[in-house]
Amino acid sequence: MAIIPATWDMYEMFQAIFQAPTYHLIFEALLILWIIKLIFSKSYAPGKTVLTEKEKEALIEDWHPEPLAPDVPDDHPVLQAMNNNIISGKAEKYVTVRGKRCINMATLNFLGMVGDESIEAVTIKCLRKYGVGSCGPRGFYGTMDVHLELEDRLAKFMHCEEAILYSYGFATIASAIPAYSKRGDVIFCDEGVCFAIQKGLVASRSLIKYFKHNNMEDLERLLLEQQAEDQRNPKKAKATRRFLVVEGLYNKHGDICPLPKLIELKWKYKLRIFVEESFSFGVLGASGRGITEHFGINVDEIDLIAASLENSIGSCGGFCCGKKYVIDHQRLSGLGYCFSASLPPMLATAAIEALNIMERDPGICQTLRNNCRMVHDGLSKLSYFHVGSDPLAPIQHLYLTEPSADRDLDTCTLQKIADEAIKNGVALTLSRYLEAEEHHLPLPSIRVAVNAKLSNEEITKVVATIAEASRTVLCTSSL
Amino acid sequence: MAPKGTLTNGNVHDNGRVNGFQNGRKGHTTSSRNGDRHKTEDGSGAYFESFEETPLHIAIWTYLGYGLLVVFGHIRDFLRDIGIEKIKSCTEPRLSGFVPLYQSWESFYTRNLYRRIRDCWNRPICSVAGAEMEILERTTSDHGWNFKLTDKKKKVMNFGSYNYLGFAENKGPCADAVEKNVHEWGLSSGASRQELGYQEIHKELDDLVAEFLGVEAAITVPMGFATNSMNMPCLVGKGCLILSDEINHASLVLGSRLSGATINTFKHNNMKDLEAKLREAVIGGQPRTHRPWKKILIVVEGVYSMEGSIIDLPEVIRLKKKYKAYLYLDEAHSMGAMGPNGRGVVDYFGLDPKDVDIMMGTFTKSFGASGGYIGGTKRLINHLRLHSHAAMYSLSMPPPVVQQIISSMSIIMGLDGTNEGKKRIQQLKWNLRYLRRRLNEMGFIIYGNKDSPVVPLLIYMPSKIAALSRECLARGVGIVVVGFPATPIIESRARFCLSAAHTKEMLDRAIEVLDEVGDLLRLKYSRKLLPKFSEDEVELVKIPTKRYVRPLVTIFPVPPTLSLLLSVN
Repeated sequence: MAIIPATWDMYEMFQAIFQAPTYHLIFEALLILWIIKLIFSKSYAPGKTVLTEKEKEALIEDWHPEPLAPDVPDDHPVLQAMNNNIISGKAEKYVTVRGKRCINMATLNFLGMVGDESIEAVTIKCLRKYGVGSCGPRGFYGTMDVHLELEDRLAKFMHCEEAILYSYGFATIASAIPAYSKRGDVIFCDEGVCFAIQKGLVASRSLIKYFKHNNMEDLERLLLEQQAEDQRNPKKAKATRRFLVVEGLYNKHGDICPLPKLIELKWKYKLRIFVEESFSFGVLGASGRGITEHFGINVDEIDLIAASLENSIGSCGGFCCGKKYVIDHQRLSGLGYCFSASLPPMLATAAIEALNIMERDPGICQTLRNNCRMVHDGLSKLSYFHVGSDPLAPIQHLYLTEPSADRDLDTCTLQKIADEAIKNGVALTLSRYLEAEEHHLPLPSIRVAVNAKLSNEEITKVVATIAEASRTVLCTSSL
Repeated sequence: MAPKGTLTNGNVHDNGRVNGFQNGRKGHTTSSRNGDRHKTEDGSGAYFESFEETPLHIAIWTYLGYGLLVVFGHIRDFLRDIGIEKIKSCTEPRLSGFVPLYQSWESFYTRNLYRRIRDCWNRPICSVAGAEMEILERTTSDHGWNFKLTDKKKKVMNFGSYNYLGFAENKGPCADAVEKNVHEWGLSSGASRQELGYQEIHKELDDLVAEFLGVEAAITVPMGFATNSMNMPCLVGKGCLILSDEINHASLVLGSRLSGATINTFKHNNMKDLEAKLREAVIGGQPRTHRPWKKILIVVEGVYSMEGSIIDLPEVIRLKKKYKAYLYLDEAHSMGAMGPNGRGVVDYFGLDPKDVDIMMGTFTKSFGASGGYIGGTKRLINHLRLHSHAAMYSLSMPPPVVQQIISSMSIIMGLDGTNEGKKRIQQLKWNLRYLRRRLNEMGFIIYGNKDSPVVPLLIYMPSKIAALSRECLARGVGIVVVGFPATPIIESRARFCLSAAHTKEMLDRAIEVLDEVGDLLRLKYSRKLLPKFSEDEVELVKIPTKRYVRPLVTIFPVPPTLSLLLSVN
């Protein structure tokens, strides 16, 4: 004990320990053990119930899931319409529905590419070289030279740096949006956009702000709100990308977006603008380049253009085009591009040949627009319908002038009119929607699709048949 | 409190693989607990899967390799930032006021690692993707930033395309039928099913697929990826639980996410984990509210193309029945390629297809076409015909593709009156056993099931990924290599997709090449005993074709005479 000086208090403490009675030491040791236990024991969780195995089995026994799918009666009107109006043979300008040869005003074959013999001939040549399927995604030997050629041709046609090809129209924009916009970003979107865009928005997990259809004041209101928000939190604003998603020509409404105003807002509020052109590509503009050509806007002002090859081009798939630095990103980030087999080469060739036709004869788009105007004018005169679409639109939505309060009833009435028209030689279809899931459900309508190859007589016949069919159905039902 | 491990919509990785896929299951031989298929360690039993443990020194070298690449990546990024190194890629222009479209760190991996070996992917071809293909030669003058096509072509053997039954053909009965079909039906229907795009040929296809699968009805979609992503949201929604295998394909992950249901993952092909998660879900109900789940959907794939593993379907079905969950089976890689009749994993295990609630698969792989299907009860399919996003918002299947499927499926089913289909099915089985056996013998680490049509060969080190791919290509073998993020970071691998179109001579040539390259690159890491399986167990169908008359009912089980004649032992 010589090391510790005798004057130090510690010494006395140790001495005290040695002198303390045994019961005291035991008591202290117990206290220390108790503290250790308190430290290491789990905190008390109130209300935590532990179930016995028997109770668990009972719970498992008790649980009954909902049925996987609701029961659908076989005579559901949509199923019936689908099964009754089954198509036999080619769906070109004329189509055979229920054995009746009709003028085809239903399928989206705007430029008459489906049924074109030169396209079919080229496609068969391609079939004899490549077979049907590509048997792999683009990364793993699914890239054929025809895919590269089609991408190149599309980029050149659209006057863009690069184009990327998808194997399905729906997947194109639905994959493109989430490739750029992530959680935390903001997307301003017209509420009239098609379902594919809506799904792309959901997949992006960004903040979605819908503005009223084609209403620029409403958009600007939202943009000002965002600006105020950004000023409050500039640090966050620096990392928040802002996108604007619109359609060139709206599938659900048949009207054209006010692109010049949108571009103005883009530069003013620093937005990246994505335009979906499935219904304007091959339709608007002198050579069919779509909404940018229609308004005479430089295509470079648009950050990304997406369009399906399933409408005007009459093939399958879709593409995105724009600047190289934008488009290239999708080659590793576009889910529908990376993880899906590429487009069957014969369908890619069909698209190339369709582009050839458009380039050889740009007048075809003008013819289409003339036909659209003629159909529009004719249908506008009908008393039972209100035509909602732009005169230039290849899809003309016919809404009932006096809709009832019951959506199903209106749908049923329109279906009857379409069926009646089919009986009289004009194939018509309703616009179908997933009513519960659409963000903004339009009124039920008959969607009349215009084909560039229709003659004036045929258009006159179509209008007359629709007039007659609506008279027959609506007069008998009102009686 | 939320049950441990529950993922809300956010935590699933963007690259299509799910986070947390770790090495926990490594070094095991999985086997089923089903009575008739006893546990085997050596491959002599019916169900054999092997995932050899990564040798420690290889793992260390691999991490060091990546470490070195990352260090150099940072140095070069720094040099690019200060302007010493020229940026050869096309970069985003700075627009004042705009938030940049990409973050620089997001593309670090692409810029510094992937770019160096970019030539191993996206190789353009200019022929049918059959047993052999012609690759267009590309050159790069700037180390993979940009490529230029030369005029040269190179004919190589194709071990990359999904052409299991060899139906990627430009001549023969399928191509002839397609040509005829184009004249009759055109190239496109031009509309969705519900909007007058439903042609008689679609009905024919739906019915044939249902018959092939042995289910009541089926619906077809023109894109396999979209079949998952556009139909899953119609099946489950808010208040439902999806139990998904952790390495499910991107389309299943996207479909699950779009459905709005809660997503929980279980360890790959681990039935104990699945049962634990199922039990917890049924007993505990939804997180926080503890209300019972509306539905529980188990989502699995038949054959996992990256692992070469086959789902333990009998056990999944037992669990699904016990806990009253629904089962979504994606047979993208197994339909056509598995089972004595080519009808997928259900056929392989000899199970009743009606026990699987949703039979999904694609036509890309075994049928030489494209698109996908969903089969199930009439009630389910009617619901999908009404509510599938594909039924009203997008094109119905292009007629030539429909014809290719009808023709190839009829051949597989033997409806053409020959045993061509059987021949192909047996040839594929023989081929895959043969290649797997030889690769095992040479000492490569091979993952997966002995009957899987995909054979993954482990490479591990990043530099060897490119080396193997380039060396094989130079010797006339086109293969697919995959690395991070499609696999766990150290488990880069090559993947061989077998085809019935490969002949024994081709396989022998490929094996010779792999032997040589394997020695060159020191890829023969395996230290395990040889598994006891071989191609001799597969009985090939000899060429003189005995006319086989279509049985009246082509639903499982197949006629006993046929299964005796052609079965795999």
